Order: sequence, then structure tokens, then C-alpha cells
Amino acid sequence: MYRYDQYDRQMVDTRVEEFRDQVKRRLSGALTEDQFKPLRLMNGLYLQLHAYMLRVAVPYGTLSGKQMHMLAHIARRYDRGYGHFTTRQNIQYNWIKLDDTPDILAELATVEMHAIQTSGNCIRNISSDQYAGAAADEIDDPRPWAELLRQWSTFHPEFTYLPRKFKIAVIAADEDRAAMRLHDIGLQVKRDEAGELGLAVYVGGGMGRTPMIAPLIRDFVPAEDFLSYMEACLRVYNRYGRRDNLYKARIKILVHEIGAEDYRRQVEEEFLHVKTLGLDPPAAELARIRGFFEPPAFETGLSDEIDRSDPDFAIWVDRQTVAHKQPGYVIVNISLKPIGGIPGDASADQIDLMADLAERYAFDELRVTHAQNIVLPHVRKADLYTIWQALVEAGLAEANLDLITDMIACPGLDYCSLANARSIPLAQKISQRFAAPERQRDLGELKLKISGCINACGHHHAGHIGILGVDRKGEENYQLSFGGSGAEDVSLAKIVGPGFSEDGVVDAIEKATEVYRSLRTGEERFLDTYRRVGLQPFKEAIYG
Amino acid sequence: MKILTGNDLESGDVVWWTGSGWSRHVALAVDVGDQGPAILAAEEAARRVNVPYEIDAAATPDGPRPAHIKDRIRAYGPTVRPDLSLAPGDEGALERIV
Repeated sequence: MYRYDQYDRQMVDTRVEEFRDQVKRRLSGALTEDQFKPLRLMNGLYLQLHAYMLRVAVPYGTLSGKQMHMLAHIARRYDRGYGHFTTRQNIQYNWIKLDDTPDILAELATVEMHAIQTSGNCIRNISSDQYAGAAADEIDDPRPWAELLRQWSTFHPEFTYLPRKFKIAVIAADEDRAAMRLHDIGLQVKRDEAGELGLAVYVGGGMGRTPMIAPLIRDFVPAEDFLSYMEACLRVYNRYGRRDNLYKARIKILVHEIGAEDYRRQVEEEFLHVKTLGLDPPAAELARIRGFFEPPAFETGLSDEIDRSDPDFAIWVDRQTVAHKQPGYVIVNISLKPIGGIPGDASADQIDLMADLAERYAFDELRVTHAQNIVLPHVRKADLYTIWQALVEAGLAEANLDLITDMIACPGLDYCSLANARSIPLAQKISQRFAAPERQRDLGELKLKISGCINACGHHHAGHIGILGVDRKGEENYQLSFGGSGAEDVSLAKIVGPGFSEDGVVDAIEKATEVYRSLRTGEERFLDTYRRVGLQPFKEAIYG
Repeated sequence: MKILTGNDLESGDVVWWTGSGWSRHVALAVDVGDQGPAILAAEEAARRVNVPYEIDAAATPDGPRPAHIKDRIRAYGPTVRPDLSLAPGDEGALERIV
């Protein structure tokens, strides 16, 4: 894992003390709320429905056990004993007190964490593949690239006040586990014909009120040009992105309005200029960063056999584990979606337990996934049964990865001041309706995503089934959409028809799954069947 | 009726104007008639409340009921965590308020 150097440490410590002074001035009245709001947002502190909410950055979703323990400590000491893991691979606390915040940030800094780049119109926390460094299908570890981006973007003077927030995702496998093309910039690490590493650059994707899939802007940017090219992409956006209309300020609107070809031309022109400025780090610097992400000291000669004599354990292994690049090891997904639970929430005790497991059995590493689960990336197959038993004890052993109950849900109107409708109670009802494990497994991979407003934090545009909560004359109402995907087969979901009440949308989903079961062929997933047969049979069943 | 709400500056707690101060309990909120803007300006300037605003509410036997669900949820707490509400032992509170 990356470790802070003296500059990182000094920057974060200085920022904590700066914010401590800002809070003091707010409480004394020297700063008005209008003056203070942009300052607190730059430190991840929002004012939500019930209290202040602090969003803590988890760069590219990677955590150590010590950092995870700190997250549990903050939940216990400063919040109400739990945290909420988000679709941006971060964690949020919902009950923070303003005058505690500098102390929280100071405690986070002791374990090299912070809340910088979790709000504001800057380049946000970089997201990545939760299986980075472990996946059997990756061609490189995407995290050194993400870390280089983090260092480049943090407090970048030109890009601190962009027209709008800016999200970047990096992957290094053909399977897209990070919804890469639904980001402002999506990057895929690849090799050219000579075997040299570089990146494919996609620009102008996103969800929100105007969902778009990012077009390819450059098929291959060599490693030595990487940051200059990123700088050029951002400069063109910063120059021409709209600042007159909040809803048209994201880069996707710019790319869409001028066209990918013209945007590409301008980026290439800017790149030729930026390249003369000497921005790109020497190869030794990328190598230095890469050194922090060297594979752990895997044991060799381990058996790949797993004792499957406990049937419940066998089911969990089949569902929650993924092939690792190292023989004898496996990637473990820990579900934060218990039946009827709150997607992404974990108690302080559960967070501590996951940290303990990482320290004992996973080379001290954890990952937060954009689907609001936790990953232990490097686990010996021989340790799986022990881990599973501990997870069962902690209520963390749901075997539902990528099934209908493993849904993404934003905090919605239960917590969020932007929301129009509640997401979590709906998620709980769907989870309970489809609780039977056999039924879920029969339906197979079915990614259901719920957003409580058009901002789409719950990724409903990318759901095989997506649900958007809206306010219809003061009543919560839910729009259903089908056919989205955030994976390598990326697509945007289409609205099915008129909206539903909370109970109505659960019934509609059930009818849709029955249509799928009656029409599927072979190994088709819900998404495949929908793409083959179209909306009509689903619509007929749902609306009669 | 018109009632006033906001958040406590220090704790962030949801608060309601009682006529003489701010309470966490919506049941104690009072109808401010046409005095809302003046009260809001004075209270915010004195830092006794953060980002306050005026809302419509209905008078009920249990006290004012905010017109919009967002404010009813603010009054109750997250509906999915009744243990964190202001009335954790009152099973009817969620139904009455939300």
C-alpha cells in the first residue's frame, strides 16, 4: 500500500489545522454559513437532513487493517456506532458534530487518511477496480496509476475550482468492475504492440440527470505522456466547460455539445503545449510509487482444494469468492447486504471484525467496492472456512454477490438533503421479497440499483434494473428502468413506463423477473434476455 | 400554519422554533404567522440556528405536522433506524409523523 512521504504528511496535517481554525471562526461568528460552507465541503463535511455528514476518502478503495480500525473508532467515538460505505468507494458518517470534526480529521491523519477531494468542484477521490493487484485477469495493477493521479490532482491549483465535480476511474482488465465509462474520465491500462504500458482514455461519461457513456478519446497514451494528457483533458474542460448553468457544467455536456472529435482535437493541441512544460514525472517516480503496490509475500505450493463438506459454506464460497492470480489464494467478497438490511451500512464492531480478518488472513488489505461491499483481496484458500465462520458470527456472511438482493442504494430521503424519495426502505422490501437464496440464485446475476433523486448516486442508470425515486406532488414515486450496465458491456437503462408507489414497484420487479424466467434461454442473464426480447413483454406483464 | 426549522450550528441537530428558543421536538413548534422572516434573520445572525427556513405545517392533536415528507423525516429521524429517532420506544411515532 502507498505510504505518505513527508510532503503528504505535511499537507494533510496542515489542512487539519487550517480547518480547525475555520471551524473556530465559524463557531465564533467570524465566518457566516455562506462563507464557511465551501470551506467545510472542501473537507468532506456536508450538512444533511439530520446532522452534519462527514465523507472520508478511501483512495482507489484500498485500506489497511489499521485504517479500517480507525474507521470503526470514529463510528464509535464520534458517530452513532456505524458508517455507510458509498458507491464512490468512500465511507460516510451521518451524525457528526461540527466541533468534533477537526479532531476526527486529526485522528484520520494519524493513519494517513483524510476527507480531501470528497466534495467540491475538484477532481474527486480516484476510484478503481476492487480486485486490483489480485485479479487473475488484470494486465497491471491500476493502483499506481491511480496514486499518481491522486498526487497530481490533490490541491492542483488549476483544477480546484472546475466548472463542476470531476470523477476519474482507472481499471487494468477487460472486465470493467469500476463502471469506468460512466466517469468524467475513464482510464484503462493496456499494452501496445511492443508490450509497453499505456492507457486508453475515455472522456465525458457520467450518470446524474444527463447520463452518458464516455467516448474513446485516445486509444493509447504512453506512460511517459500520461499526466500531460490528463492535464490537457482537464484544461480544455476548464476553459470551455459551462459555468453559467449547474446542470450543464459537467464535462459530458461539453464533449456532447462540441462532439468527441472536436474535443479530441483540442486536447491533442493542448497536449502538444503541455508536453513542453515538463509535467510528466520521471520513470523512476512511477517506479517508486509502483514499489508500494508490490504483491505481498504469497506462499507457494499451496493447495487449491477447499473442503466443501459444510453445504452453507460451499454456497458462500461459490458466490462470494473470485479467482486470484496466485495459486492457493482467492479473493473474498464480504456482503454488506444482509436480507432486509441497509445496503452499505456496517456497525463499528463489524468494521473492526473485517479489519481483524484482513490483518490475520489477507496481508493487511481491504477494499471498498463501488457496489458497497468489502473485499479481502488476498486470502489463502485454507483460511476460507475460518473466515466464513467469523463472518457468520458477525452477520456478514450473506451469499448474494451480484444477485438481486446485492443492490446498490443511495442514502435517499432518510438522510440526504438532495433526495426526493427514500431508497433504503424500498431496498429492504425488495430484499425481503426475494430473500429465498434458491430464488435469488435461480434469477442469477441481476444488478439492481436505486437512487433517491436524479443525481443518481445509486447508479440507477447502470442497473440491469434501475429505480429512480421522484417527488410526485409531495408523494414518493418510483420510476423503473431496465437494461443498464456499468460493466464492459456498458449501457444506459431505459424507463419502462409510468411510476409506482413503493409497494407497486416491488410488485413490478417481481413480474419482470417472472417474464425473464419464462423467456430466458441457456445461460442468459436478466440483462441478456431484456436485450434480446426488448421492453415490450416486460411492459405488458407489468402494466397489464 | 407556518413553522420554523433549521439545524443547530454546533451539533447539526434538527431544531424547531418554539416562540422563545429552539427545540429538537417538532411538537413544540409554534405558528409564527407572518413573523417568520424577521425571526429567521435575527436568530441566524445571533448564531442560535444554522440555515433556518420557514415551512407549512398542519395543526394536529400531536402538534404541528410538516407539510412535506422531507421535513417530517427531519422531525422523526431516519425512518430505517427508529432506534436513532427522538422517540425510539414509541412504535407509533413513525406512522404519526411520516
